[in-house]
Amino acid sequence: MAKLSLSDLRAIREREEKNLRKRNIHGRSIHVVVAMGTSGINAGAKLTLNTIADEVEKAGLENVIVTQAGSAAPLPEPVVEVYSPDKGLVAYGSVGVAEAKRIVSEHLVGGKVVEELKVELEN
Amino acid sequence: MGFKNYILVCGGTGCESSRSDQIYHALIDEAAAQGVADQVQVIKTGCFGFCEQGPIVKILPEDSFYVQVKPEDAKELIAEHVVKGREVTRLLYNKAPHKAYEEVEDIQFYQKQQRIVLRNCGSIDPENIDEYIAAGGYRALEKVLFEMTPDDVINEMKTAGLRGRGGAGFPTWMKWNFTKQETNPVKYVVCNADEGDPGAYMDRSTLEGDPHSVLEAMTICGHTVGAHQGFIYIRAEYPLAIHRLEVAMKQAREYGLLGKDILGSGFDYDIEIRLGAGAFVCGEETALLQSIEGHRGMPQPRPPFPASKGLWGKPTVINNVETWANVPEIIAKGGAWFASIGTPDSHGTKVFALTGKICNSGLVEVPMGTTLREIVFDIGGGIAHGKKFKAVQTGGPSGGVITEENLDTPIDFGGLQKIGSMMGSGGMIVMDEDDCIVDVAKFYLNFTVDESCGKCAPCRIGGKSLCNLLEKITQGKGEAKDIEQIEQIAHAMKIGSLCALGQTAPNPVLSSLHYFPKEYEAHIQDKKCPSGKCKKLISYEINPDKCIGCTACSRKCPVGAISGEVKKPHKINGNVCIKCGVCKDTCKFSAIEIH
Repeated sequence: MAKLSLSDLRAIREREEKNLRKRNIHGRSIHVVVAMGTSGINAGAKLTLNTIADEVEKAGLENVIVTQAGSAAPLPEPVVEVYSPDKGLVAYGSVGVAEAKRIVSEHLVGGKVVEELKVELEN
Repeated sequence: MGFKNYILVCGGTGCESSRSDQIYHALIDEAAAQGVADQVQVIKTGCFGFCEQGPIVKILPEDSFYVQVKPEDAKELIAEHVVKGREVTRLLYNKAPHKAYEEVEDIQFYQKQQRIVLRNCGSIDPENIDEYIAAGGYRALEKVLFEMTPDDVINEMKTAGLRGRGGAGFPTWMKWNFTKQETNPVKYVVCNADEGDPGAYMDRSTLEGDPHSVLEAMTICGHTVGAHQGFIYIRAEYPLAIHRLEVAMKQAREYGLLGKDILGSGFDYDIEIRLGAGAFVCGEETALLQSIEGHRGMPQPRPPFPASKGLWGKPTVINNVETWANVPEIIAKGGAWFASIGTPDSHGTKVFALTGKICNSGLVEVPMGTTLREIVFDIGGGIAHGKKFKAVQTGGPSGGVITEENLDTPIDFGGLQKIGSMMGSGGMIVMDEDDCIVDVAKFYLNFTVDESCGKCAPCRIGGKSLCNLLEKITQGKGEAKDIEQIEQIAHAMKIGSLCALGQTAPNPVLSSLHYFPKEYEAHIQDKKCPSGKCKKLISYEINPDKCIGCTACSRKCPVGAISGEVKKPHKINGNVCIKCGVCKDTCKFSAIEIH
C-alpha cells in the first residue's frame, strides 16, 4: 500500500465515515420500522425495507433510522411505522416499492403524513 | 445496498475467554448459510465494559443488546433478528423488545458513564485502521503536524490540565515540556502498559479496543518534544493486546502514519514493542526503563527524572496507556473542552475496573467528581447476593479502603488522597460484610512483598515484617503492642523506601486500621474474626434447634468430623474439623453456624 498524503488520509476518512455513521444510531429523531414477520416478508416487506433504506440514503437523511421488527398482523402488510417527534407514530399499510418511495419523499423529507396510505394502529 | 444489520461482537479478553471468537465466526457462517451474508456485517470490536454480562453481541440499527451469548445462539440470532427482524428476547439484557425511539440508552450500567478514553471501544473494529480513521482518528495528528507548533501543543495540553492516569497524577504537559526543553538530539517516548494492580484491566482493554489511539498520541508527543522513537512496554501476559498493537502498527506503517516522512510532513517516527515478564515493580517508571534497556527491573533514585535522563540516559517522556488515549481527543476537540469535564482539581474522566462483590462488574468510565456511591450502587448495581456493603479498595496494593461514610466523596486525585486512599491506576475492588478487613490487608501486603524487587531494605524487610505481624493477628496470636509496631514499620517504609512500591505498600494496612480499628481489636483481644474469614479464629457449630438430623453434612465432611444419629441433632468435633465450610454449604436448614 502506498504511503498516504494528507489528502489521501482525508479521503479515507470521508469515505469510511459514511459507513461508520450508519452504525451510529443515537440522536436520530425519526424512526422507521418495517414489520418483517413471516407474513410481512411473504407480502414483500424485504423489498419495502431495502427500498426505504436506499431512498433514505439517497436523500441523505441523517436523522432517520430504519429498523426492522416482527409481524404487524392483522394490519395489511407490508406495514411501515414512522415515528417522528412532531407527527408521533403513524402506520402505513400495503407498502410496496412505489408507496415506500412516497413515504420517504413526502413524510420523511416533506414532513407530511401520506394520508391515503395511513392505517389505524391497534389499541 | 439495501438494508443492513451491523453485528458488533465483543472481542475483549473477557468475552473472548467465553468463546466470543467462536460466536463471531458462527455468526458469519450462519449468515452465509441462511443466505443473508450481504445483509449483515459482523464486526469484532473492543470491550463494551459490561463484562459481568459477557459475551456481548450488539445488533444495529435496532440497538439490541444481547448478553451472555453462546456460539450455539448464532443460528437463532441470524434467523430471527436478521432474517425476520424479531429480537431474540431471551438473550436481550432487558428481556423485553424495545423500539429505538423509546430511549435506548436505558441500561443503568451506562447511564452515568462518559466515554473519552474508551470512545471507540465496542464500536469500531480495532484491527481495521480505516474504522479508526473514520471515527476521527489521526485527525489530531494532522493538526499537530500541519496546523500547530510544538508550543501550541504544549499549551493545549496545559489548558486541558490532563494529569497522569497511572496513579500519581502528575501534569502531563509538564512532563512533555521538561523533555521538550532538553537539548539532547536523541529523545524517547515510552508508553507504560505494564498494568499490574490486582483486578485492574483498564489499559489492557484500551489497547485491545483502540490501539491506534495510543499510537497516534505517542506520535503527537514525539513531534512535540522532538523524539523519533517510541517504545511500548507491555507485559507478555496480555497476548491479545500485543496482537492488536502489532496489527495496528503494521497498518499504520503501511499508511505511512508511522515511519519516515509521516503524511509528507518530513517528520520521522516509529514505535517498537518491548515485552515485560510481568513484574509489578516494572510499572514503576525507572524500573520500567531499566527493563527496556535489558537490565533487571529495579527502580533508580530520582532525580534525575526520566524527562531529563531516562532511557539510555536520554530525555524520555513516559506516560501510561490511559493518559495517552486521552491525548488525541484533547488535541482534536481542544484543551478547553477537556477542562470543562470533571472537577477543578482533576479534569476529564477516569476509567475504573469495577470488580469484587458487585452486581455489575466491568469497565466503567466516569467524569472526575462522580461519587463512589454512584459507581458502586448506580453503575455497579450494588452488592451482589443482597449482602451489605463494607468497603471499596481503590488504588490497588498502594491504595486504601473507602468506607460507607466516605461514599459520597467526589472522586478525583485530591479527594481520594484526603480520605486516605489514592486514585492509582483505576482498580476498584468492592468488599461486602463477609470480607475480613485484616485478611484483605494481608492479601495486598503479601502481593507487594512478593513483588518487591528487594533493592532497598525498608521495602524488603519492612514489608515482610508487616506481613508476619498480620499473619500473627489472623492466627489469633496478636498482642496489643502489635498495632504500634505496625504503625512504626509502616512509617519507616513510607519515608525510607526508594520507590512508590515500598512507600505505598503499607497503605492498605494503615487505612484499614484507621477505618476498622474494632475489627483489628476483635482479632487481637477477643481472638475473634467478626466476618468469619480467619480460620484459626472461628469454629463451626451445629445449632441443635435447627438440625433435623438429615446426615447430609456428615456424608459430605471430608474428614469425618461430624457425628450423630439419623433424625437427631448432629455434632462437629472441633479437634478434627478443618473448617473447610463444606457442611455449611451443604446444610439446607441453616443449622451450621460460625462462631
